[in-house]
Amino acid sequence: MLRVGEAALLVELADGAAAEAFHAELLRRRAAGALSGVREIVPAARTVLLDGVAEPARLAAELSGWELRPGHARAGEVVEVPVRYDGPDLPEVAARWGVSPAEAARIHSAAEFRVAFCGFAPGFGYLTGLGARYEVPRRATPRTAVPAGAVALAGPYTGVYPRSSPGGWQLIGTTDVVLWDTDREPAALLSPGTRVRFAPMSGTEAGR
Amino acid sequence: MNDRAVAVVRAGALTTVQDLGRTGYAHLGVARSGALDPAAARLVNRLVGNEEGAAVLETTVDGCALRPRRAVTVAVGGAPCPVRADGRPLPWGTAVRVPAGALLEVGPAVRGLRSYVAIGGGIAVDPVLGSRSTDLLSGLGPAPLADGAVLALGAAATAVREPVDAPPWPGPPGELVLRVRLGPRDDWFTSGALRTLTTRAYRVAPASNRIGLRLDGPALERTRTGELPSEGMVLGAVQVPPDGRPVVFLADHPTTGGYPVVAVVREGDLGAAAQAVPGTPVRFVTAP
Repeated sequence: MLRVGEAALLVELADGAAAEAFHAELLRRRAAGALSGVREIVPAARTVLLDGVAEPARLAAELSGWELRPGHARAGEVVEVPVRYDGPDLPEVAARWGVSPAEAARIHSAAEFRVAFCGFAPGFGYLTGLGARYEVPRRATPRTAVPAGAVALAGPYTGVYPRSSPGGWQLIGTTDVVLWDTDREPAALLSPGTRVRFAPMSGTEAGR
Repeated sequence: MNDRAVAVVRAGALTTVQDLGRTGYAHLGVARSGALDPAAARLVNRLVGNEEGAAVLETTVDGCALRPRRAVTVAVGGAPCPVRADGRPLPWGTAVRVPAGALLEVGPAVRGLRSYVAIGGGIAVDPVLGSRSTDLLSGLGPAPLADGAVLALGAAATAVREPVDAPPWPGPPGELVLRVRLGPRDDWFTSGALRTLTTRAYRVAPASNRIGLRLDGPALERTRTGELPSEGMVLGAVQVPPDGRPVVFLADHPTTGGYPVVAVVREGDLGAAAQAVPGTPVRFVTAP
């Protein structure tokens, strides 16, 4: 556990799964009325940041005494994201996986994902759920404009671009789902812990 | 149209609507945003009888010009600048009455960078996630002001408030001293780099903005290469990209990042950072 400035703690966990479990535990306890002196709980790849902490030293002592339940919280509906597997990088991703583009789409749509954390832009989730053998590198040269709704891979993560922005992820498909809408409650379709499945739409590689 | 509004005659280089920011959404990738010099924003609000968290205008370097459609109470603070109504000089840093239809000119900053303009009733753009602040990184909140735009105002307080005792503005720093606590990733840097950070002089770089205060000066040498797995970032984080030159995260900073944070600046010191012009000497000191 690391102190971050005057009012924050960074809790380091062994791996992504442990970070997700610790984050789920924090949310359970906050829902039960604990952690009132904490303004922000920000999970990430292997850490959880607690920011705006009234008494960081006391909270640090309290957290170190926690016993974590193994495994993920499985509560909550699965959000289904319809995808056309038509991304320009799908053939390259499929080649890295040693399969056809149609099979790559099938593999991707068969997995269940979880939002490990958000960042980069409001509503952009880093989703885990593909096996380690399906990791892909970022593109050597980022695109100056990735369209909103692009479904993309980088490292162990899948992400969906909430709006058009530059990006270096490998684009494998497109969705019409609105990821981020501040006129909606909640604004974010995906928040840390959300379970996600990608559903192939007909007329795509997987459907052909 | 409702006359409870001001027209933007000259938007200036970068004028945004700001309040005290949006909290509680960092886990969705939403930065706090809000006035870079929150003490100045609170003060001008108090001067015109607003709540401290009312939305104000934050100018950058060259001010702005407005035309209220009805008589309003206005206070300009933060970076000192000339203030005029229809060419007539008005005092800075105190509440003044501007008649309906008059041209209110907020001039270029004489010292510092960012002036704050509070109008009685506050700027009444629709809040987004509980705040009216413009977040330049993510595009949340109202767009930066444009010439010809019209901003609605809230209802001004009718009860006469006690006059505020305006503390003298500390003024832009000749030297910006930022108190830091080392970590969380100080172990990514050589002991020489930590000594460099806390003993050598840096300067505010011109590329600084609402996202970060960029610094010119000696590069900080790392003990390890590669990127950190993304982790949560706080306001005031001193992040060190591969070129070794530290960046102090300000209100519109990204909420997660993969470059190591060598130290974190005290929040109370960031208002001065927001007023430091490019070239200002910067010194980091470890807080007790």
